[in-house]
Amino acid sequence: MPELLQRTVLTRHLLRNPSLMIFLGALACVCLAVTILGEGFGIGLISTSFIKTLGKTLCLCMIAIAMDLVWGFCGILSLGHFAFFALGGYMIGMWMMFARTRMIVIEAAQNNVLPPTPVEISEAVGTQIFGVVGGAEIPAIWAFADLFWVQLSFIALVPGLLAYVFGWLAFRSRVNGVYLSILTQAMTLALSLYLLQNDSGLRGNNGLSGLQNIPGLDHVPQSILSIIFFLASGLALAVTYIMASAVVGSKLGNIIRGIRDDEARVRFLGYNVESYKLFIFVLTAVIAAIAGALYYPQAGIINPTELAPIASIYLAVWVAIGGRGRIYGAVIGAAFVSLLSSYFTGGQAPDIPLGFATIIWTDWWLVLLGLSFVVVTIYAPQGLGGLIDKLVTRERG
Amino acid sequence: MSPGSTSSDGLHTVHRFISAVLAALVLLVLIPAIHPAIAKAGFEELLQANAGLIAKSSSKTVGPVLEQLRQHGGDEAEAFLTRWQAKELYFIKKTGQFVLAEKAAKTASGKKQLLIRDAVTGEEIGIVPAKSVRQIKPNSGVRSKIAATLVPFQLGNPDPAIRETTLKTLLRDIQPSHLAPLKAAITREKVPSLKSQMEKAYVFGMLAHGTDEAEVEGAIRSLAGDLSLDVRAALTPVLASTVSVATKLPDGVNIARVIIPGRTTRQGDGTAGRMSAIGGKDAEMSVMAAYDMMVAQGLAPPFVTRGMRDEALVEAAIDGRVGSFAVADLDNDNARDAAYQQLVDQGRAPALVSALQRQQAVEGAIFFAFYDNPSPLVTGAAHDVLNEIQTRVALYKYLDLLLDALSLASIYFLAAIGLAITFGVMRVINMAHGEFIMMGAYTGYVVQLLVPGYTLSIAIAVPAAFIVTFAAGVAMERLVIRHLYKRPLETLLATFGISIALQQLAKNIFGTQARPLTAPSWLDGAFAVNDVLAISNIRIAIFCLALMFLGLLLYVMKRTRFGLETRTVTQNPMMAASMGINPDRINMLTFGFGSGIAGIAGVAIGLYSKVTSELGADYIVQSFMTVVVGGVGNIWGTLAGAAMIGSLQKGIEWFNPSNTLAAQTYMIIFIILFIQFRPRGIIAQRGRAVET
Amino acid sequence: MAPLLHVDNISVSFDGFKAINALSFDIGDAELRAIIGPNGAGKTTFMDIVTGKTRPDSGDVRWAGTNVSLLKRSESQIAQLGIGRKFQKPTTFEDQTVHENLLMSLANRRDPLAVLVYRRSQPDEDRISGIAQQIRLSESLDRLAGELSHGQKQWLEIGMLLAQDPKLLLVDEPAAGMTAPEREVTVALLKELAQTRSVVVVEHDMEFIRALDCRVTVLHEGAVLAEGSMDFVTADQRVIDVYLGR
Repeated sequence: MPELLQRTVLTRHLLRNPSLMIFLGALACVCLAVTILGEGFGIGLISTSFIKTLGKTLCLCMIAIAMDLVWGFCGILSLGHFAFFALGGYMIGMWMMFARTRMIVIEAAQNNVLPPTPVEISEAVGTQIFGVVGGAEIPAIWAFADLFWVQLSFIALVPGLLAYVFGWLAFRSRVNGVYLSILTQAMTLALSLYLLQNDSGLRGNNGLSGLQNIPGLDHVPQSILSIIFFLASGLALAVTYIMASAVVGSKLGNIIRGIRDDEARVRFLGYNVESYKLFIFVLTAVIAAIAGALYYPQAGIINPTELAPIASIYLAVWVAIGGRGRIYGAVIGAAFVSLLSSYFTGGQAPDIPLGFATIIWTDWWLVLLGLSFVVVTIYAPQGLGGLIDKLVTRERG
Repeated sequence: MSPGSTSSDGLHTVHRFISAVLAALVLLVLIPAIHPAIAKAGFEELLQANAGLIAKSSSKTVGPVLEQLRQHGGDEAEAFLTRWQAKELYFIKKTGQFVLAEKAAKTASGKKQLLIRDAVTGEEIGIVPAKSVRQIKPNSGVRSKIAATLVPFQLGNPDPAIRETTLKTLLRDIQPSHLAPLKAAITREKVPSLKSQMEKAYVFGMLAHGTDEAEVEGAIRSLAGDLSLDVRAALTPVLASTVSVATKLPDGVNIARVIIPGRTTRQGDGTAGRMSAIGGKDAEMSVMAAYDMMVAQGLAPPFVTRGMRDEALVEAAIDGRVGSFAVADLDNDNARDAAYQQLVDQGRAPALVSALQRQQAVEGAIFFAFYDNPSPLVTGAAHDVLNEIQTRVALYKYLDLLLDALSLASIYFLAAIGLAITFGVMRVINMAHGEFIMMGAYTGYVVQLLVPGYTLSIAIAVPAAFIVTFAAGVAMERLVIRHLYKRPLETLLATFGISIALQQLAKNIFGTQARPLTAPSWLDGAFAVNDVLAISNIRIAIFCLALMFLGLLLYVMKRTRFGLETRTVTQNPMMAASMGINPDRINMLTFGFGSGIAGIAGVAIGLYSKVTSELGADYIVQSFMTVVVGGVGNIWGTLAGAAMIGSLQKGIEWFNPSNTLAAQTYMIIFIILFIQFRPRGIIAQRGRAVET
Repeated sequence: MAPLLHVDNISVSFDGFKAINALSFDIGDAELRAIIGPNGAGKTTFMDIVTGKTRPDSGDVRWAGTNVSLLKRSESQIAQLGIGRKFQKPTTFEDQTVHENLLMSLANRRDPLAVLVYRRSQPDEDRISGIAQQIRLSESLDRLAGELSHGQKQWLEIGMLLAQDPKLLLVDEPAAGMTAPEREVTVALLKELAQTRSVVVVEHDMEFIRALDCRVTVLHEGAVLAEGSMDFVTADQRVIDVYLGR
């Protein structure tokens, strides 16, 4: 039996990476604990809304891994990965909103004398969904919104294609460093401005809503749905982590780190640097999109403000605080900062009276975050992961 | 200014004229009983005959009275009308006599009393109890009719100001009765500007009421080349047309255009136009609307809509069946059409008209519009003149677009110019640059709170903003950027952290609502070239400011010791240090300088838009784009970048004016593509030094 | 027989400055060649052009006597054709081990998917340990490149070039910053390499060039000033004037 295990790629990979085993173990423990403590299947010590927060955090950890791959390992500071994240959310959201509205419409039509025609159904769905932006027609981009599997494949295909086209253009013309960052930021801005328009076909600034209700699963309570999504997010994160560490541990990992450190040298070794960058860019965009597709059903709503350029920069902040170039660093950073953020901005943190003034955390948290980010960048460029590495090497040494 | 210094023959004449009139009025008041008695008597009779209508007037009934007064003419009619319009008239309840009244001393018992005068002459009549008279209060409709009646009187008024206000009334609403006195007034008028306005009013009058075709045509042609709004407003009704449908084109009407439903558009001059593929007008009339018109004219049977069909089916449904069809099977249009056809066959419903039949019916008829004005001569002239004016207006609109683009470019330039130094010259990427702009704007706001007078406060705000942001820039360079010169990507992130902190700090201090930064009144107006083209002063000021910045920057970087040292340090800090330049100091000052300029730009941008904590964030991406597109490290490049981005955005907006979001989206996409072809910007540096 | 590399009348200028001026140049198979010249003579620019980093304004560079022009190819394609380059400053991947550095350089398939699924094989490992022995780094295979001494880094870089198995090696100032013993090793290394492939060495150090004992080309203002044995060119009056005599 052990010999057989040895032989599979996965187990070999696991055995060679103790940190991966630790991570997967910890993740499994968290998932188990949350399931037991949650309302859906367990004793109800953790509220459903907090489980959703935790589930969303796992998705954020996933996109943080993507960001770490593209920035920490390949050196491309992309300020556009949240755009892919949001696009993934939009893709699954389209199906959820369309399918559910369709069910509601058909149910409402039960009382009519005449059974509804397909045209009537689609008109009613169109009015329901696009009434807020003054439309009634279903835009062409919703052509497949009713087909779950097609829309599911779009989660990877649409952001992947966008990343491919953008990356191909940008890398081909050797746009590098901060220029590339600004360009990705511009791409994100263009996309969010486009989605803000009412005639974008995606409900303008209203975005897609009601995504917490899964079509066909109306009878399942949110407390159970939240656990299911939480576990699904955990599974996706585990798969992402394994995949990312496999990529990083492969010869490709050597090449992309080489690109990060000295692009020209890699080129003179005979590697087509552009295709490597493109590969990583598209791969991480797809990871981000899948994370988004899991995130937004838990958030319940998605709108264009989600992909404002600032979101992508926050992503970079998490990864930097967690520690670049270490996959667990990205996870730690994303989980740590986003949970802390939701704690402070959620109004749960007690205000601090100073006599002459009161520190209200919802107001001052961002100031603190911004400044602490400066401090981390200057004094701990390796982030929290760097501190852990130091501790581990000291124990070993 | 002494009266003598402005004396001229014209003024003398006016003075003399006014004194003569005054003398005449005095005489009228002093000796009322002499010769005007007869005329007055006739006028009094006229008034008495219409007393009821005058006292209780409505705009519907007052017409004949005013007509009589107009025909009567004379000073007393003018005086009476003027006072009537000004609500100065009273009437004595018992006699019905019209008088003027003013407050008098109260009686011993405290009752209010009034001193009354004759309504026409102003002669004192005596003191009466207040309750014995009643004020006449004409409503606004009546007052405007009175004003129209007064026109011929006032056109001859010696006071040019009165003639001018009268002309304004005329230009707004001219009536047939005004034409003759207006024509007479034109020959009398000496003031050139008034004369030309009178001529214009006369032409408008002719357009609206002229009866002689040739005269009207001449009047229209005389308007050629006049760009003012009122000319276009006067010409448009001449070309008003009515849409109609017939089986063949009728004779004897002034046809404006033939309409092909779904295909042709209506143009401003009343003729038909072709639909263009992009960004053009929609068709004037859809096939559906055309068919509805045919139905209304009885040329076609009514169209049965899906709703009507379904209603008929629901009505006909009995026990889950419609005829031979089960209701449950009617879940598609084909089945419903078939079931409905059965009803039609049974004579229980009107026949269906298919979309194809509808199309064919519409194609079989002729849709056209005829001018309401029957004279082809007149409409032809209006058509020619309007088209010529429209061409010119379009030209000016292009010019306006160009100026718009220029002013947007100036704003982008202002926002980006600080970056041209910190990013372009020093290669330090400062994501908090936008927040420095915001800081400058808030500095302006605070200065305005403290300093009274908008001109003075702006004069103080500009240097204050420079000092504040200079200090902030120096502090940031010393505390943060200095540690990160070798790590550009991390500079980006650290300065982004500062950007979040500053933005939130501004929110905490100033709140989330927008704060006003008010421009001094001399910046409020606009420089109007004509009715089409007007440039607001603030845009001119921003443009000038941008030019000044360009000059200042070029001077500082190319002509001063500081600029030389900056360039030296940027190119080779080691070498610069060995030549006795302190790179630390220069870096600090250069960064401060770039930040300070951002602060001044903030004041300018704040004047132009509202001050919020997101002010800077709105500009940051465009600013970086401007610098990158223009070519890093070159001030002229920044100018070229700003010009390109500004004109591009306005140009795209031109095609789709309702959607500035789309314009920005397409602009960014264009820039991303542009960078593919010129990765180093419009003005690129080349050579080995660039590669490293 | 056609030369391995044929540089035909190339010129390039930066902002008006002519870095290379109608330069023509041939290198044969398995030839060791040294290029010397004062600063700004165009030595590095010449290498940039051959390796595809800089595009010349005019002229042509042909490879291996075929019709293959290098000008239309990207850096990575040129490297795959068999032209290796060593930079002036030692450029190794300092965050990765010597083994990883060599592994990346091995002449295997270069496309991302092939690299992603690459599995270590015995022939490859043998090759790596062979090269490590050649460049005297057998003991240091698992050390990070960043921990090596300056001279060791230079050798590692040469080792990386060897792993690429190029037909032509362009070596920019290999002796810079080396100790005297290290230099001797380097000379031996380069001579050994030139047994099986062509090597072009750009160097300032005349003793080093003399030790290489090969044909020397002197560049000046972007063009060839003199060519021949070391003794021949050092005797040339023009070479003494512009370069040696200062």
